[in-house]
Amino acid sequence: MADDAAVATDVSPATSSGPAAGATRKGRPAAGPSAGGRRAKRSERRKYLEIAFFVAPALAMLILFIVWPVITAVQMSAFRWNGRGPMVDFVGLSNYVSILNNDVFIGSLMNNLLIVVLSIAIQLPLGLAIALLLNRKMWGQGALRTIIFVPYVLAEVVAGVIWFQLVQPQYGVIDTLLKSVGLEPPAQGWLGDMDLALWTVVAILTWKYLGLAVILFLAGLQGVPEELYEAAQLDGASWWQVQRRITVPLLGPTIRTWGFLSMIGSLQLFDMVWILTKGGPANATSTMAIFLVNEGTRSNNFGIAGAASVILFLIALVMAVLYQRLILRRDAKGVA
Amino acid sequence: MTTSTQTPAVTQPAKRRRGSAGKFQGGNPVVYAIAFVVVCVTLGPVVYGVLGGFRSNGQLTQNPAALPDPWIFSNYAGVVTNPSFWQYTLNSVIVAVITTAIVVIFGVMAAYPLARYAFKGREALFMLFVAGLLFPATVAVIPLFILLTQNFGLGNTWWGVALPQAAFALPMTVVILRPFLQALPQELEEAAQLDGTSRIGFFWRILIPLSGPGMVTVGVLAFVGSWNAYLLPLLLLQGDMKTLPLGVADFSSEHSSDTAGVFAFTTLAMIPALVFFLAMQKRIVNGLQGAVKG
Repeated sequence: MADDAAVATDVSPATSSGPAAGATRKGRPAAGPSAGGRRAKRSERRKYLEIAFFVAPALAMLILFIVWPVITAVQMSAFRWNGRGPMVDFVGLSNYVSILNNDVFIGSLMNNLLIVVLSIAIQLPLGLAIALLLNRKMWGQGALRTIIFVPYVLAEVVAGVIWFQLVQPQYGVIDTLLKSVGLEPPAQGWLGDMDLALWTVVAILTWKYLGLAVILFLAGLQGVPEELYEAAQLDGASWWQVQRRITVPLLGPTIRTWGFLSMIGSLQLFDMVWILTKGGPANATSTMAIFLVNEGTRSNNFGIAGAASVILFLIALVMAVLYQRLILRRDAKGVA
Repeated sequence: MTTSTQTPAVTQPAKRRRGSAGKFQGGNPVVYAIAFVVVCVTLGPVVYGVLGGFRSNGQLTQNPAALPDPWIFSNYAGVVTNPSFWQYTLNSVIVAVITTAIVVIFGVMAAYPLARYAFKGREALFMLFVAGLLFPATVAVIPLFILLTQNFGLGNTWWGVALPQAAFALPMTVVILRPFLQALPQELEEAAQLDGTSRIGFFWRILIPLSGPGMVTVGVLAFVGSWNAYLLPLLLLQGDMKTLPLGVADFSSEHSSDTAGVFAFTTLAMIPALVFFLAMQKRIVNGLQGAVKG
């Protein structure tokens, strides 16, 4: 994303006078070169005051509510601290050591990674298929697009509470429907079974987020020039050939960026799991976010929570950079 | 990619080409059948929740998969006459409005010089905002909780939730708005300067009115994000200050045996979001597309 934005500024009209103009300290065009050194200097100072005035509020927000807390997390991670009084009990890296030896944290991390992979592996083909399906002339297309997007707009909490009722053992509608066709639902319920709980969470997440993939893919499909389809048709290409050779490759940038958003979202997963299972049974569905909230609020282990925050950030950062390097970079080269 | 970044996300629908693959469509009934299944799976749980609110717990236990018979209105009536429900709704509205106002005002202010001033360090400043995208709110939530309650005295207040939410929404807002502001023609600015309008005057009188659609888009995204937020309110808000998602979660765990009541409460809680979504659907979708392209 960062790269694209940088590319955009380089060709934009606003920069036609270029950063160079700023560097050589020419004011705005109206001031002109004959305006004399002092006046130019004053207008230059005024310009920087204006910039400060416009940017300062947003910057202050970032510093107060993002930078400061993140620094605090790093600081917390080096102390044993219960949240009250000053941090005095410096323990160095031992919080990190204890987390990395903590089976619950490692299990949570593995769950996060599994959810990252499964979300993309399930939603990509499914979303692509539905998007291709909806991208043709058909009755009720507009309504269909609206409907498919509804789960995405619901709060995770609302969706979670409804699904929690649906998958209830015995009295839940899912179990009832299964029994009516002669299938035996799991005895402890979908969310109570150690082996099934995480898969159930993934299935519900798929329901919740598939609409986003479909809507974004549809938008990408609309950017594919019609002429390409006409040309392919003239060449006698079949529908399948057209999708495989034209549509999907041209959808590449959209798919890759969606994958990035999906990955970052999966790494932060909290709300849905908290509502459905609170991370249980026996931490089978715990995520890193669940782990750090538990440590921070229930156990008052702020040092451990801080270290978990830092590790979560580093993992997200490494994965984001790797994704940018390995997958998104192609867009800058090829498609632009 | 480059061109799409320059054009503001909001102009996308103009380029819409519907059904471009239409000439290749195969068996139509099959397509409709699949579409029908997709609709059922997508809407099924939501519709079940809405209808479940019209049934009694007895009905729900006896046959979970049936229509209301007879229709019962006491569940919904119970929620509507529950003062907590309205208190939570009020809190959600206020927090979302504060968040949205801050995001839109500070966002467009920050995007303006980043888009239209030529100065040293502009790209570096912009990258600072882009870097903000890399910090997920979850990472900072525990220290935020401590800072807000102990240092800022904002524990259990609307502002304590709204301010951090706005801060975490700002990077994306600036990233979406900057190309939008850049796309406004340079001639406008030159004409304004010839007329003796200062850059600040240009900002107020020309840029703000013209960037209305972009601001609405980022505003809608901020509003929906705040309306659905759970983690930060969960840590910060108690008692009468809770927002609707907290209320839904509480009601669901406190009245876990009252399934019909839970369905009614959840349904009423999702109505504002759904209505808002239907009214603003284009904006939300365009904003998300803009985010993907930007």
